[in-house]
Amino acid sequence: MKVTILQFPGTNCEYDTEHAFKSLGAKTEILWHKSESVPTDTDLLVVAGGFSYGDYLRSGAIAKFSPVMRAVTKYANEGGKVLGICNGFQVLTEAGLLPGALKRNESLHFLSKHHHLKVVNNDNIFLKELENGNIVNIPIAHHDGNYYIDEDGLKELYANNQVLLRYCGADGEEKNPNGSVDAIAGVCNKTKNVFGLMPHPERAMEALLGSSDGVKMLQGFLEA
Amino acid sequence: MKAVVNVFLKAGVLDSQGKAVHHALESLHFNNVSNVRVGKQIIFNLDESDEQKAVTDVTKMCEELLANTVIEDYTIEFVK
Repeated sequence: MKVTILQFPGTNCEYDTEHAFKSLGAKTEILWHKSESVPTDTDLLVVAGGFSYGDYLRSGAIAKFSPVMRAVTKYANEGGKVLGICNGFQVLTEAGLLPGALKRNESLHFLSKHHHLKVVNNDNIFLKELENGNIVNIPIAHHDGNYYIDEDGLKELYANNQVLLRYCGADGEEKNPNGSVDAIAGVCNKTKNVFGLMPHPERAMEALLGSSDGVKMLQGFLEA
Repeated sequence: MKAVVNVFLKAGVLDSQGKAVHHALESLHFNNVSNVRVGKQIIFNLDESDEQKAVTDVTKMCEELLANTVIEDYTIEFVK
């Protein structure tokens, strides 16, 4: 299993992501954004979190024009598996690989804390180790995590089981930290090979550090 | 010529910053304010004498980069 992790100027979660996947037994490679191709032995491509290009203009807006993104789009269109975490999710929506967009949090505050999430659809490679309705505790750290999609788009997401995770309270009760439509925290594309979420599963790998719920999430990719 | 691009969240998409500014204006006792929208303005020089070509180019810039048309609308003006 080989995980390739993208690095733009301003990315800051590439080493956490590498540590997380290494701890699960995967080989990893960090790929600088100037690369014009994705390594051929890549089983999973991760667009890691951070602040690519300083979030100038809009989060993820400039990164989508990096040389590597053309290769990423080709890789995804050919069925390659792609995971975008936090800023990576923003980059993938800007690049049109995932539906919707991420707006400024409704409170206008940067949020950095643990938050509970409910699994909505596990019929995909990412969440197959979990059950629908399971609640996981995963850190969030974002300013622009307010997921938006129009009404028709939302209907389509539900019809195709593309809603992966929703924010909730510890007991599964309704709780929406950032104003996201339907409290959506993560989605996938129609063909279920491109995934994006604002929370950071790679920061929830050790119980000692608050939660190890990220293990079950990321493991899905390894047991393909 | 100079191009002036204004980008705002679409009507119907909640503008939290606009709302916060509205509340702040109200706290200053400006009770005659409504529908506050916060957007951004992008200004640049364009070396182009053909007006039609300028409109086509800047529209393309907006569609591809300057605005995210999932959530934002834009307007284009030219100043000579």
